[in-house]
Amino acid sequence: MDNIEQIKINTVVNGEKVEAFVEPRLSLVDFLRNELELTGSHVGCEHGVCGACSIQVDGSVVRGCLMLASQADGADVISIEGASDAGIVADLQKAFHERNALQCGFCTPGMLLTSSELLDQKKNPTRAEIREYLSGNYCRCTGYEAIIDAVETVAIDRAGSSHNGKS
Amino acid sequence: MKPAAFNYKKPSTLTGVLELLRESGEDSNILAGGQSLMPTLNMRLSAPSLLIDINGVDELFGISVTDNTVRIGSMTRHAELEKSSVISEHIPLINAAMPYIAHPAIRNRGTIGGSLALADPAAELPACLCALRGFVEMTSTSATRKVEAKDFFRALYETDLKANEIITAIEIPRYDQNYFSFIDELSRRHGDYAMCGLAFHAKIEEKIISDAQIVFFAVEAKPIIAVTAMRELEGAKISDVSLEVLQGAVGNDLDPFGDLHASATLKLHYAKELIKRAITSGITSG
Repeated sequence: MDNIEQIKINTVVNGEKVEAFVEPRLSLVDFLRNELELTGSHVGCEHGVCGACSIQVDGSVVRGCLMLASQADGADVISIEGASDAGIVADLQKAFHERNALQCGFCTPGMLLTSSELLDQKKNPTRAEIREYLSGNYCRCTGYEAIIDAVETVAIDRAGSSHNGKS
Repeated sequence: MKPAAFNYKKPSTLTGVLELLRESGEDSNILAGGQSLMPTLNMRLSAPSLLIDINGVDELFGISVTDNTVRIGSMTRHAELEKSSVISEHIPLINAAMPYIAHPAIRNRGTIGGSLALADPAAELPACLCALRGFVEMTSTSATRKVEAKDFFRALYETDLKANEIITAIEIPRYDQNYFSFIDELSRRHGDYAMCGLAFHAKIEEKIISDAQIVFFAVEAKPIIAVTAMRELEGAKISDVSLEVLQGAVGNDLDPFGDLHASATLKLHYAKELIKRAITSGITSG
């Protein structure tokens, strides 16, 4: 098609201001990966099913393949790189490692961001609640048992340390 | 896959959206939450020349309450409905439906207006809106009109919405505390499309049922209001309801289509199971 207008966006990615001209059809996850070289978010199914492309936008985890880069204009975007560097998911990363909750690692960034959102909203989730919250993130290697173990461990640890902090 | 090329506009006013829509006609698509539109674009099942993003139109967002109704802006996201105390207090059926809608990340973006406009036969909100006898408000450059939910959904992915209109709000009557809400569905995995679902809403006062609304989804091309079954319940004492008779009535009301996941026979079996669960839950809820 002729006459496709590029869209100018101003956004903050992992705390850094980014100004760019993007093609309207460019997805947010492709923008992060291909333009900003932030390749931690992965592209799996490209139709919102697998959760590998999970990104945090304005505080909520979204599918990076179902949002356009142009829609990130004015938004605050945090990818797994930003969450990792800021230490927000450090305990989750450690627990995933110790419990062997990843093998190829393709799903892991999405699992970490989604688990992190759950633990922000709910301090003591049950295993069933963890399983349900992660139901939109596919893992094709380890199965889910170890992942749920890891998230549960962190939930218990965080609840314990906040309790200690208060007393 | 990647979508075919399109242009993108993001007006900041409703008038701006409607004018663009009128100028571009059927060559454009409205981008609301994008959680169903983007997959169809990515798979190139659809290739509009223009996307009109309505995420910048403030007046389409938010929930407000009047004496008789709850008004929900069409761009209100599922996650907001899920967390809203106004929704859980005044229309708990909508609140109860939320966990069944896909996954948290989808609910963070998906909107009520988008779900109704798409009219997926397996979607929860169209059925809930029918059960609650809500109205869909649609606006074009020339007029605003309201249509009752049961008349809005016409056929498979087909609604009363015209090409020059967008859904601006949803209005749902406020019901008193004697109303009982129930939603349940059967699916292969949590968050998958339902193979059969039921939205149930009825007044249960001193154990007597009145004003029952029984709406099945994922069984036919659009939400099905089970009128024979509803008549069976009118004036009945909930603990005395004959499940056999009620399930027979559901059988009369439904003519399910089979799909990849469940045959027509299986869907009918599920529908009868779900109505049983609704009544059982109504009895235990007091």
